[in-house]
Amino acid sequence: MIDKRVASPAAAVADIHDGATVMIGGFGEAGSPIELIHALIDQEARDLTVISNNCGSGEVGLAALLKARRVAKMICSFPRTANSTVFPGLYRSGYTRLELVPQGTLAERIRAGGAGIPAFYTPTAVGTPLGEGKEHRRFGDREYLMEHGLTADFALIKARRADSHGNLVYNRTARNFGPLMAMAGRITIVQASDVVPPGDIDPEAVVTPGIFVDRVVHVPSPAHESELVAAGASYP
Amino acid sequence: MTRAASETGQVLGWTRDEMAARVAQDIPDGSYVNLGIGIPELVARFVPEGRELIYHTENGLLGMGPSPAPGRGDPELINAGKRQVTAIPGASFFHQSDSFAMIRGGHLDLCVLGAMQVSQQGDLANWSTGADDDIPAVGGAMDLVAGVKRIFVVTQHCTRTGEPKLVERCTYPLTGLRVVDRVYTDLAVIDITPAGFRLVEPAPGVDLDLIRARTGAPVLPVAPIPPIALIAERSTDA
Repeated sequence: MIDKRVASPAAAVADIHDGATVMIGGFGEAGSPIELIHALIDQEARDLTVISNNCGSGEVGLAALLKARRVAKMICSFPRTANSTVFPGLYRSGYTRLELVPQGTLAERIRAGGAGIPAFYTPTAVGTPLGEGKEHRRFGDREYLMEHGLTADFALIKARRADSHGNLVYNRTARNFGPLMAMAGRITIVQASDVVPPGDIDPEAVVTPGIFVDRVVHVPSPAHESELVAAGASYP
Repeated sequence: MTRAASETGQVLGWTRDEMAARVAQDIPDGSYVNLGIGIPELVARFVPEGRELIYHTENGLLGMGPSPAPGRGDPELINAGKRQVTAIPGASFFHQSDSFAMIRGGHLDLCVLGAMQVSQQGDLANWSTGADDDIPAVGGAMDLVAGVKRIFVVTQHCTRTGEPKLVERCTYPLTGLRVVDRVYTDLAVIDITPAGFRLVEPAPGVDLDLIRARTGAPVLPVAPIPPIALIAERSTDA
């Protein structure tokens, strides 16, 4: 019988090891799996490589993971956000390294990794500092550069609804990186506000098919990062 | 925001709202448009009556509407600037790979962006000063300029300290090479042509000599016949 439900965020992230590469969904606070990230902080894995579009805000969620000095390297497109106070210090001190990737290239690298494509050519960043040192090739009358697919040991994702087979539906612009990271994580862990039996999600409406998901945790009322930051919260 | 001033201190040129309104005049009905943060966002307020534009925001929404009424927003319905927005009837949500397929695949008609510098061959610098203590952040800017069919830049003509932003060669790190089609500043509308900057329209009370004095590269006068048909109606053959 297939039942991917796991009892708690702590149980879902228990085997994330030191040195793991972890994809974390979200664009800003939309889609950020805060409860899974907090469970990862409690779990104390360190020396992580984190792949996520931003670096969090305030001292909760992804920013709290960074503040706890668990992240050796960030792969992201936009680490500088309003209320993003933790990352600049870690970056300037050299504690957390940064691989800056254009947002569309980051998305496609994750998609490619999950789809079994080792590398691809893109026109993005040709002629810029982010294109330096990369293999270039001309197709037709235009110059492109090669980018590598990305995979991860674990992917942490937030969904609106999941069934026990791992089929997912998202909430509005919280979808962002979720469907891509679900494909690229060797073990994909989902927190969902609703968890329903198979058949309760219309197959025509499934956004992420369950084959890409390994674990589903029910988090009925997920926190919103902006509300925690406005309240001056910090984790732990 | 202050307007440019002449030698005698007289206020000249377009305000931010007027710059945005001038951009809006040039966007054909039915266009799919991505607006950057800052003055570009203001463009949506000035779309002429009778034109319908569809706004794309690269975090995953086509059919972006205005800000929600106070207390009616959803922290998970935001734009690329991470501010709460609404979705218009007919909107769609999609993941990042689809969103950047729209961008990189040339499906969007127009992108309006801010700039730190634009070169006479259309190179754009708008993401980093390159300073050692700068936290580099690029987001979707490089994908947008590489993929969207037409790129308009809207910016003040000069920096706060009076340095030209329209230059021979950019000194800041590039966002893209030969990507800008047209620049809207407080002083003028200027096209990027194979021969360099060419004046399309000066702001009221501004002449070519003043524009040349505040530009870091040669500026050609208004062409007798515009080099590009700029306000062509969008084809309806689809």
